[in-house]
Amino acid sequence: MKRAKRRYLALQIDSDGAPTPREFVDAVWSAVTKLYGEYGASLTNLALVDYNAEKKMAVIRTALATMDIVRTALSSITFLAGKEAAVHVLAVSGTVKSLYGKIRQ
Amino acid sequence: MKRSFADLHLRLSLKDSATASRLINKATALGYRLIAVPLPPETREDEEVKLQRICKEAKIDVAPRVDIKPKTHEDLTHQLRRLRRKFEVVCVSCENKEVARQAAKDHRVDLLNFPAVDFRKRFFDRAEAELASKSLAALEIDVKPLLVLEGSARVRLLSSLRRETAIAREFHVPIVVSSGVATETLLRKPRELAALTSLFGLDETSALRAISQNPASIVKRNRQKLSPKFVAPGIRVIKEGKDC
Repeated sequence: MKRAKRRYLALQIDSDGAPTPREFVDAVWSAVTKLYGEYGASLTNLALVDYNAEKKMAVIRTALATMDIVRTALSSITFLAGKEAAVHVLAVSGTVKSLYGKIRQ
Repeated sequence: MKRSFADLHLRLSLKDSATASRLINKATALGYRLIAVPLPPETREDEEVKLQRICKEAKIDVAPRVDIKPKTHEDLTHQLRRLRRKFEVVCVSCENKEVARQAAKDHRVDLLNFPAVDFRKRFFDRAEAELASKSLAALEIDVKPLLVLEGSARVRLLSSLRRETAIAREFHVPIVVSSGVATETLLRKPRELAALTSLFGLDETSALRAISQNPASIVKRNRQKLSPKFVAPGIRVIKEGKDC
């Protein structure tokens, strides 16, 4: 079977509060489900790879084919853990290593 | 060539200069190079200077914009006559069909905006697009309602926007995607705005054009027209004096 291609997205959380990883993941799933439904969400293979509460940064993994869906859903997030928030995409890459390289640049 | 992104609808209150400054700095940080700020028609010159100063500090270009909400087509032409030469961007909020049609055919109108929530007042149909294609008006789409609305209201808005963008593309009416926000947390990066436009069927190339070339060309064209050297479209003063 052909290996499914993935993309890693580095995200910056812009919020006054300090959401927990659980709250963050719930907000992302909720945004994807709201816009694309449960079927659409099931195609994304979303997973949280890394979460830095101090820097308010997160790394998520998604299937390459559904990256546009995930980007759109991330842009539609306006609340995180009950507080106004925005999630900005900092970098996108095919491997975690190169993603961290891009962020450091 | 690197794209230069523009947001032609950043709602600021100049009375609260700290918030305005924060929002403008945020827009710069997110990657915008040009913003247009709606100002009341009776804006004093010192307020405009203050806005220019804040934007200069933030290293972002600013275009003064006016939003007019005329009740009748006579009111529209009267307001355009009064305001056109004072502002670089003129947007007409079309509250009824008579105004929408007149705005679409008037060369002084830059942007056509329709109410996001009242779907019966979205008059951008084929007739409107045909008129707009012969003038210079562009269809403005604010992203803010897509972020704040939920459920059936958002579904209906997306449906309207999908229909309108298809019509606009058919008649070659330029589309301008703006944020329409007044708070920092609702401000999105240009590519995030482009991603949101995929919800109503705009492809990536058209979406990027709607947040870069299309708004920039409106501002460039109007700056040329408002320049003292402008005579008529295609004609401008190059040199003045006895030796000409």
